[in-house]
Amino acid sequence: MKHFPTLLSHEIRMLLVSPATYVAATLFLAFMGLVFTKILEMYSGVPQETSPANVFFQLFWLPACVMVPLLTMKCLAEERRLGTIETLLTTPVTTTEVVLAKFGAAYLLYAALWASTGGFFYILKKFSGDARFLDSGPLFGGFLFIAISGLFFVAIGVFASSLTRNQSVAAIISLVMLGTLIIGGNALADSPWLGQGQFQPAKSVIDYAHVFAHRDDFTRGVIDTRHVLFYASGTVLALIFSILSVETKLLHS
Amino acid sequence: MTETPPAIEVSHLVKAYGGVTAVNDISFSVAQGEIVGFLGPNGAGKSTTMRILTGYLPATSGSVKICGVPVASQPDEIKRRIGYMPENNPLPEDMRVSEYMYFRGRLKEVPRRKLGPRIDEVLELCDLKRVRHKIIGQLSKGFRQRVGIAEAILAEPPVIIMDEPTIGLDPHQILIVRDLIASLRGRMTVIISSHILPEIEMTCDRVLIINQGRVVAQGTPADLRREILGHSTYKLEVAGAVEMLEHSILGVDSDLRVTEQAEPDASGFRRVTLTTGCNDELGEKLFTNIVAAGLRVRALTRKQPTLEDVFLAATRRSWDAVAAPTARSGDGIKAKGAGAGS
Repeated sequence: MKHFPTLLSHEIRMLLVSPATYVAATLFLAFMGLVFTKILEMYSGVPQETSPANVFFQLFWLPACVMVPLLTMKCLAEERRLGTIETLLTTPVTTTEVVLAKFGAAYLLYAALWASTGGFFYILKKFSGDARFLDSGPLFGGFLFIAISGLFFVAIGVFASSLTRNQSVAAIISLVMLGTLIIGGNALADSPWLGQGQFQPAKSVIDYAHVFAHRDDFTRGVIDTRHVLFYASGTVLALIFSILSVETKLLHS
Repeated sequence: MTETPPAIEVSHLVKAYGGVTAVNDISFSVAQGEIVGFLGPNGAGKSTTMRILTGYLPATSGSVKICGVPVASQPDEIKRRIGYMPENNPLPEDMRVSEYMYFRGRLKEVPRRKLGPRIDEVLELCDLKRVRHKIIGQLSKGFRQRVGIAEAILAEPPVIIMDEPTIGLDPHQILIVRDLIASLRGRMTVIISSHILPEIEMTCDRVLIINQGRVVAQGTPADLRREILGHSTYKLEVAGAVEMLEHSILGVDSDLRVTEQAEPDASGFRRVTLTTGCNDELGEKLFTNIVAAGLRVRALTRKQPTLEDVFLAATRRSWDAVAAPTARSGDGIKAKGAGAGS
């Protein structure tokens, strides 16, 4: 991992000069700002039982499904399309270092964008002068959920980018995989037919991978190690598949 | 005293994928400090061989050693000993030339202290100083090629591998790149592939001609001319009877033959081509004998076969060698089929 810092700083720089990053960041901050404004309007109209942070993180899936493909679609697909992967892998760096650097850079940017939404709560506290609006438990839990689940989501994006030379195809694959994991799991978990006897093992798997349920636990302040293990193992698996995918394609290039 | 190993040593190299044998039992070696040209038609296996040399692709069988280090078992060590410029010279479009050099230098483990002066040195050598702050995507093809070459020599590796470094360049740019490669002679071992044969001839000490995954000829351009073509050609413009000419040239060399003759022009001179298997210089003797026979000579030249002639003859010979057994087996099948039918 000697070259990882060099590769990581290069990747962060490349992300910062890419227009796709700014499109993703603008869309994300505009959308989250809009959500936050609506939450404030709702809270100013009728008293609510839950904290604003709790409601804020309920819509995490939309930016995750849109922003992760935008941030990761280029990383390996573009290297293969331009052929720069060949010049990169004929220096003393390993495929693992390359994939981890790309993952690390995309994840740091994803985390930084989410972290910037913390500013909304700071502004709310500053101007309302009421510390109750800044309920630290759900806020901390929500950001922790974003940080941990983001590892897996970004790893899925990197894996999708390793499958093709075409950035758009990589973005679509990533969107489909993230949609299946986040929204598909939620849709299936509520299906009554899954409760029947023969589908019981499938239901337990879907319940375990139910991202919305994980979010609810985190924002309630329940940090279940099973959830952490789910995202950590998913991340490791997606990255291993990404490395294997790059190496397999090299053998057949 | 231990002998210095060759810079590149390839032995019985085979690479097969997707049912196609791209490289078929290639063996060659390149001495340290030598510049070797790799010639071959499209799909001959040049790029595949070069990729195997860099450790980017694994070989199916055979062995490759760079400076005595086996590529298959120590690919990381090999990557520290080579500078590689792939076909089409892929470069990141969004980076500035100096940033790219710095990034590549760090990856190639050039010490941070030495990297700045070394970047200045290679940019100077490749005449890139005036574009060092420009974005690579905005550079012309010639500059991009030079960025690729500068990057390949940046870490001062003992072996440089360049796949078609002059492709798509104009004659002026080709001249610059040729001088650049020639300036590496003796300091680094260079292996380049190209389709531009005069380039190879002018730059390289030795040429390897590869076709259908096999080395069909190797040696200096002069050796190859002798070995592959095996004859010398003289062109003359002469006035007088051709029978007299044929008689007079026999006294020069018994193998000398008239192979082509054109119709005489208005002044009675005709162009004649003479061919001989003898490689000695016969020009003066030929001129004396023809004039002594009463013929008038307006021009006499010995035609120097180009590397292109050698390349065409060598590749044609290898195709013939492959086609012959196929044709024979085809005849056998046909004969068998006819026998069964009758």
